[in-house]
Amino acid sequence: MSPRVTLATARRVLIQLIRDHRTVAMLLVVPSVLMVLLRYVFDNTAIFDRLAPALLGVFPFIVMFLVTSVAMLRERTSGTLERLLTTPLGKLDLLLGYGIAFALAATAQAAVACATAYWLLDLDTSGPAWLVVVIAVADAVLGMALGLWVSAFARTEFQAVQFMPAFVLPQLLLCGLFTPREAMADWLEAISNVLPMSYAVEALTEVTTHTDITGTLVRDLGIVAGAAAAALGLAAATLRRRTD
Amino acid sequence: MEAAIAVDGLVVDRGKRRVLHGVGFQASPGAVVGLLGPSGCGKSTLMRCLVGVQKIRSGSVRVLGEPAGAASLRHRVGYVTQAPSVYADLTVRENARYFAAVLGVPAAEADRAVRDVGLDDHAGQTVGALSGGQRTRASLACALVGRPDVLVLDEPTVGLDPVLRNELWQRFHELAADGTTLVVSSHVMDEAGRCDRLLLMRDGRFVADDTPTALRASTGTDDLEEAFLRLINAASAEVA
Repeated sequence: MSPRVTLATARRVLIQLIRDHRTVAMLLVVPSVLMVLLRYVFDNTAIFDRLAPALLGVFPFIVMFLVTSVAMLRERTSGTLERLLTTPLGKLDLLLGYGIAFALAATAQAAVACATAYWLLDLDTSGPAWLVVVIAVADAVLGMALGLWVSAFARTEFQAVQFMPAFVLPQLLLCGLFTPREAMADWLEAISNVLPMSYAVEALTEVTTHTDITGTLVRDLGIVAGAAAAALGLAAATLRRRTD
Repeated sequence: MEAAIAVDGLVVDRGKRRVLHGVGFQASPGAVVGLLGPSGCGKSTLMRCLVGVQKIRSGSVRVLGEPAGAASLRHRVGYVTQAPSVYADLTVRENARYFAAVLGVPAAEADRAVRDVGLDDHAGQTVGALSGGQRTRASLACALVGRPDVLVLDEPTVGLDPVLRNELWQRFHELAADGTTLVVSSHVMDEAGRCDRLLLMRDGRFVADDTPTALRASTGTDDLEEAFLRLINAASAEVA
């Protein structure tokens, strides 16, 4: 792989993304609208302060999972992937190119959503807002890496879209947002222990309750980053230069 | 002189179906080889083998002295798939410049390739907004970037008007004169006469491998379509 090709790919993916104005608008606006809904559905600042940070991490995770799995599927079905794999482009150039482009998009998304939550809706956390943004971007990168990987198992966009409920909703149910993980049945907690979103949400919960950066938070971020790297590795393994 | 392309005993299965039944041919540098035959006869599969993206069952495919698909060939082989494989949401120029960046050649090379296919007036338009023929040319431009030594073009002139087709064939011959080896597939016989060498293909086998002149002579007709028919009839008569 080469930095030149990786950056050219990141640039290319970003241009493609930016050219789709409606997608950009939705990427930036939808999480904020959902934050507003969350705030007034409960109409209770204590519940909002507890749930909002976790959801600030979950939204970019879900959105980036969806966007990248469809983008990669397009690359496969349009023939551009086959063509790229006949060029000097390395598999990691392609995957990291996507990674950089969507991490930048996720940063913009998380910044807008956090600005809405903190300034407009008076979100109150013990830890700093920038830390929430950092964790949200890590979650987005994880969602993106998983999306790149699972797109290999989809033949159509219909299938790719349905990997969202299949891959993401179980993680959402088991991540401790609805019921504390310790309170779940042992087998559910065991599953929850191996799902990366559990650690993403735990890290955000740490920010809501602690003023400084805790050891748990650092460990959780490490787990999220490790899971993202593992998913990218699996995604690389699904990119075959030679096919049937 | 070493062959630019050497294929020997190539067998390819796709699923349970045998698509190529032990085909072989050689092409010398600077040749324009036409691969002709009805759709579904195995042309695209053979081209995928030449660029090294097709799993093969047996046989050998060597390009510029290396096994097809070798890392060292990735700078030297240009490939245009049958369906235009370019990014519809990027402009023609952006597409060509992306491939230039991947190949590590200057952006000016990309702009030259866009001019070469006659798309400089449309360089700033997104590919999705172009006509089918223009998209095909945009895809071709990306393959010309970096002046590859071997160009594998799967039906590059489909849907183009005769004037443009003529221009592109002239361009192909200019490239060949500079030493580029071209393998061009087509299912229209009127393009056959423009090739130095013809490989006529049917059901995963070659029914002829010769120059257009020699084919006309051996079949006793000036019409290459008629020549193709006579060859096939002769081949089926042999089997029966």
